[in-house]
Amino acid sequence: MNEPTKISKLTVRNLNLHYGSKHALHDVGLDMGANRVTALIGPSGCGKSTFLRTLNRMNDLIENVRISGEIKVDGQDIYADGIDTVDLRKRVGMIFQKSNPFPKSIYENVAYGPRIHGLKDKAEMDALVEKSLRRAALWDEVKDELQKSAFSLSGGQQQRLCIARALAVGPEVLLMDEPASALDPIATAKIEELIYELKERYTIVIVTHNMQQAARVSDDTAFFYMGRLVEFDATEKIFTSPKNKQTEDYITGRFG
Amino acid sequence: MKLSKTVTGRIVVGFTAFCAFSAVAAVAWIMGTIIWGGHSHISWAFLSQAPTEGMTEGGIFPAIFGTFLLVVIMSLVGVPVGTITAIYLSEYVNRESKLAQIIRFAVNTLSGIPAIVFGLFGLGFFIQFTGKNLDRVFSPDALHWAQPNILWASLTMALLTLPVVIVSVEEAIKTVPRELREASLALGATRWQTIRRVVLPGSLGGILTGAILAVSRGAGEVAPILFTGAAYFLPQLPTHFSDQFMELGYHVFIMTTQSTDVEKTLPIQYATTLVLLALTFTLNFSAIALRARLRRRRMAA
Repeated sequence: MNEPTKISKLTVRNLNLHYGSKHALHDVGLDMGANRVTALIGPSGCGKSTFLRTLNRMNDLIENVRISGEIKVDGQDIYADGIDTVDLRKRVGMIFQKSNPFPKSIYENVAYGPRIHGLKDKAEMDALVEKSLRRAALWDEVKDELQKSAFSLSGGQQQRLCIARALAVGPEVLLMDEPASALDPIATAKIEELIYELKERYTIVIVTHNMQQAARVSDDTAFFYMGRLVEFDATEKIFTSPKNKQTEDYITGRFG
Repeated sequence: MKLSKTVTGRIVVGFTAFCAFSAVAAVAWIMGTIIWGGHSHISWAFLSQAPTEGMTEGGIFPAIFGTFLLVVIMSLVGVPVGTITAIYLSEYVNRESKLAQIIRFAVNTLSGIPAIVFGLFGLGFFIQFTGKNLDRVFSPDALHWAQPNILWASLTMALLTLPVVIVSVEEAIKTVPRELREASLALGATRWQTIRRVVLPGSLGGILTGAILAVSRGAGEVAPILFTGAAYFLPQLPTHFSDQFMELGYHVFIMTTQSTDVEKTLPIQYATTLVLLALTFTLNFSAIALRARLRRRRMAA
């Protein structure tokens, strides 16, 4: 199932997750390649977002979640004893479905992460904020109004601000949970373009409901159904010649 | 049939309006009487001077000062403790856990205890127990802490107003969107950093509301300070935690029940009551204005 030629950044083996008595993920195994975009697709409730949130241990925050199996980032088990979730989340950033800027200025939003991690120097911070905003393709639009409220930005700009905010802590992996689902087509196109640029430096895992989006932005695609990983392959193969009947039915719109 | 329905309707409307109006009437009556009876006696001298002639003349400054000091010390203790409790309850303990239920039950019970019981508790716990033991250790020969004073009165009042603060802050914390907490945590913030930088700033309005409610409640209660610190008459203002103090509500009570000449002091009683109302209203109003400004700033920021 996995192409051996690429270097995998994230490897998942025998992952099972229970919410109380509900078995939400069954024996999932998946390799996500470095500097590639891996799309997670599947109908609502199939476990793709839950899976995404295991990769930076955001599920830890929910009560009654039990996880077994193995998730490695660069070969290091992130559920091993002594793993600091603070360090993990610095390395594995996350972009949420609904843009969620803090009720602060544009500048302060980007500076939030570096600041909590101890960066105090003003010049260094200025440079980092600029670099992050540039990488998120937002700098040119906001460079003259950094002190304005983040809420003064449009929805698409807010989402790119959230991306800049995530980039500012220097992650290696970016997890995106339907990052464009609340945006109009133009803003969506900008985000997709950005994802394409970002994969040069980062490993990206993206959950999406939009088949065209998965086809456009991703290198590999994983299809989830009812808590199981049904099929995983190069995006091109998944969309042209899926091996599994369920995958084919889903991507051709017969259910979901 | 149709007519009787209309008649019933009118009676219902009339009755409900009457009930609603009676609340307005009560406020108007109370305010009217107090303002009518007290306004002419209010003067700068009345507000800035101490009582004279066995409290049948002079002003009420010591009582104003004492009330102010009482609510300030009370807030300095009660607001942080209440806020921290609310943080613990909403951020660190599972809402459904036994522990959370016990704490919440205790808070609810606390808010149902009559004020006079707090007064007795203050007397027993702060003065007889804490004060006596402090004296035993630090000043075996003199009575210092084992007697009513402004600290014990403020602490008793803080205890009384604690539930108000806790409930109000907890409500405010709940309104901070989960998305913002997740955003912070996903950037590698610890729980405490998230509370300090996201949750608390987002709850500032609620913390202030709690403080407002606590202050207005505290300034209006007399029973908790009866045995714990309020004094009938003092020649000097309190300068130390172990000093007793005069207080507006208590002053009204004293003037109406213990005065040497109740008839003569009627204008003073009215005027004192008017000042007490004005003080609590002003406190409330300025805090509400502050809260509105904070909210606006948060929207704009």
